[in-house]
Amino acid sequence: MRYSGLQVLAQGLMGNRGWTPAWRDPKPKLAYDILIIGGGGHGLATAFYLAKEHGLTNVAVLEKGYLGGGNVGRNTTIVRANYGLPGNSEFYSHSLKLWEGLEGELNYNVMHSQRGIINLFHSDGQRDAYARRGNAMINQGDDAILLDTEGCRRILPYLDYAQTRFPIYGGLYHPRGGTARHDAVAWGFARGADLRGVDVIQNCEVTGIDVENGRVTGVQTTRGAIRARKVGMVAAGRTSQVAALAGMRVPIESHVLQAFVTEGLKPCIDHVVTYGMGHFYISQSDKGGLVFGGDLDFYASYAARGNLPMAEHVMEAGLTLMPMIGKARMLRSWGGIMDMSPDGSPIIDRTHIDGLYLNCGWCYGGFKAVPGSGYSFAHLLATDRPHEPAARYRLDRFETGAGLMDEEATGAQHNLH
Amino acid sequence: MRITCPLCGSRDSREFSIKGHEIALSRPAPDAGTAAWHAYLHLRENPAGMTAELWYHGAGCGAWLRVVRNTVTHEVLKIELVRDVTGAAHAD
Repeated sequence: MRYSGLQVLAQGLMGNRGWTPAWRDPKPKLAYDILIIGGGGHGLATAFYLAKEHGLTNVAVLEKGYLGGGNVGRNTTIVRANYGLPGNSEFYSHSLKLWEGLEGELNYNVMHSQRGIINLFHSDGQRDAYARRGNAMINQGDDAILLDTEGCRRILPYLDYAQTRFPIYGGLYHPRGGTARHDAVAWGFARGADLRGVDVIQNCEVTGIDVENGRVTGVQTTRGAIRARKVGMVAAGRTSQVAALAGMRVPIESHVLQAFVTEGLKPCIDHVVTYGMGHFYISQSDKGGLVFGGDLDFYASYAARGNLPMAEHVMEAGLTLMPMIGKARMLRSWGGIMDMSPDGSPIIDRTHIDGLYLNCGWCYGGFKAVPGSGYSFAHLLATDRPHEPAARYRLDRFETGAGLMDEEATGAQHNLH
Repeated sequence: MRITCPLCGSRDSREFSIKGHEIALSRPAPDAGTAAWHAYLHLRENPAGMTAELWYHGAGCGAWLRVVRNTVTHEVLKIELVRDVTGAAHAD
């Protein structure tokens, strides 16, 4: 069913009884050309672009839980292209361009809102760093505006400019950045892939990866064995467990990243705002809740919930920056399981096993990458050649040391990102 | 989360910083080769379940601890001083 204003009107007049399921619930077939392990945003986007860009529709996405139940439904929904290093810069630029055409392409409202992102800075050194980053963004063809204190005050009048511990020197404004409805992104890609013939199979956990003579031949699942010529692993925080099924050990540690949401409020925060002197970033959802998050808890975790020290740090940072939110009541907190790579940048590459491909290491930046990651992974799966914007996301860069993308300049080592 | 330091007793986890997996105790020889160093520096088992890690009691006694912990439940099962771990190398 194609969605349109007319359709909404017609269905409304008929008591909304004519809507059909957005995707099928197929049984797994015995064999496919390509299997995608992981029905999160990245896996569903991969399947969608395999069908749309490469005409490959004998494809199945295997999801152990339900669509939208993993990180794609557990993030702070921020979409941006404000990276500074070659590799990341062109990749996220490409991904943002895909976002900008996504709703038309999917015929699905993902509520993509380019409300702008402001990264605040609080010292001369930080201003220099953000000026450099802004120039890198402009060189990439994206948008960046360096705001001074007055510029910030005009669009963010509610920040504490007078008494704050770390005075606001200005901000790097990225007008094309913003947010999207995270669940809708999963649903939209699932529907788009399904409409083109891809089987999206939920409640189907992969329990084994079959390899014969160095070549992948299929997978074992809780719903039976499935043969395939190619298998793509896109399991985010569970990457290590999936890769272990193929006897691989990967450069990933899983960590918990917490996020929080308040009760619904009248519109008060128009942009995405990040604090430069503590881990805090915030936006307001279309429902009115203030959505905010912080840094990793920094110990390995699969718990999907964090501990109080980071929650306290996030609240303190938020109240220092914008005291007005102190009156809002927090409704929920949760955690997502991040697949942290040593240099903080992702991996989209072949493995040493023929026909087995790896997409992981999205750290805490996976949501905005969903369309770009799916597009580039689909290109790799279909053509066996890396897609140009993702060509630097090599698995072997840690072993060789060549091409590391350490955006935070802290070193390419676990526990530093 | 609270961590029971063998020297200081039960303390707030904020007094500690985490180094990561105890693989840091198994540092390869300088000439062990690229594969061994790659495995040591980057490749991780990353278990969903029991793991052994190194924590540093920076705001307390300054001891390095070996903490056996469940990554799914956050339950801490065993804590010992790194210096008491048999064959432990110096954790740097």
